[in-house]
Amino acid sequence: MLETVFFYLFGGLAVLAGMGVVLAHNTMHSVMFLIFCFFNAAGLFFLLDAEFIGIILILIYVGAVMVLFMFVIMMLDVNRAKLREGFLQYLPMGGIIAVILLVELIASASSGVFVSDEMVQAVHLGQEVNNTVEIGKELYTKYLLGFEVAAIILLVALVGAIVLTLRERKDAKYQNISAQVNTRKEDRLRKVKM
Amino acid sequence: MVPLSAYLVVAACLFSLGVIGLFLNRKNVITILMCIELMLLAVNINFVAFSHFLNDLAGQIFVFFVLTVAASEVAVGLAILVAFYRQRRSIDIEDINTLQG
Repeated sequence: MLETVFFYLFGGLAVLAGMGVVLAHNTMHSVMFLIFCFFNAAGLFFLLDAEFIGIILILIYVGAVMVLFMFVIMMLDVNRAKLREGFLQYLPMGGIIAVILLVELIASASSGVFVSDEMVQAVHLGQEVNNTVEIGKELYTKYLLGFEVAAIILLVALVGAIVLTLRERKDAKYQNISAQVNTRKEDRLRKVKM
Repeated sequence: MVPLSAYLVVAACLFSLGVIGLFLNRKNVITILMCIELMLLAVNINFVAFSHFLNDLAGQIFVFFVLTVAASEVAVGLAILVAFYRQRRSIDIEDINTLQG
């Protein structure tokens, strides 16, 4: 009973926050709504016995990704009024596509295709089951390759973001290592007759 | 007891909101990135819901990987945005037309 109440609370607030993301006039408000949406989604994950993923969602998304969004918005200082021009121009087309998608997804979700007999009585795991330990066991054995590929992807993204935003400053002095190494005596030394 | 279909409906709503946001906010790249995040979140909710109801941890592992890719995508996307803003002083989608796409 309590679970149902919390499901409707988290689910409803997540959808409302999602609407806020799309409709908010100020981009910063969109970010705030998205953070709220992530908190509610984390609540849904807790209801589904996925504590680790819920905490990770809050830590990574709210703690890192959305803060990055905020920094970029504050750094870019975007003209708000100009951005809203032509907002309703694409509403008919986008609305039709989204509504068709929504109807299709809800129809397939409620058609009962995904539900088998043992799934209906999915019970909550006991207190002795530690979600983090179980995920760790799976991740470091069965999915070790994927875990390492994920690490490499993060490294590439890290380097890529630095390379994209790094710019050479005109007023700073840099060493030219290869010129230094390739210098010969004749380049620097000049014999003069006295 | 909340059925699986209820979670799927919530995820479907979030995904559709992400799609409609992509169409409505054609001007602002940051909002488009946020709408993509919203769609990925919907996918994650589906993964976790199926993981719970099938009693299989693979779904949660895949959420982990989706989070990794989404975080890298945002980092690189925002870096591209900052680099573009330095050149053009604008993040309007319609100004991004150098490749005549």
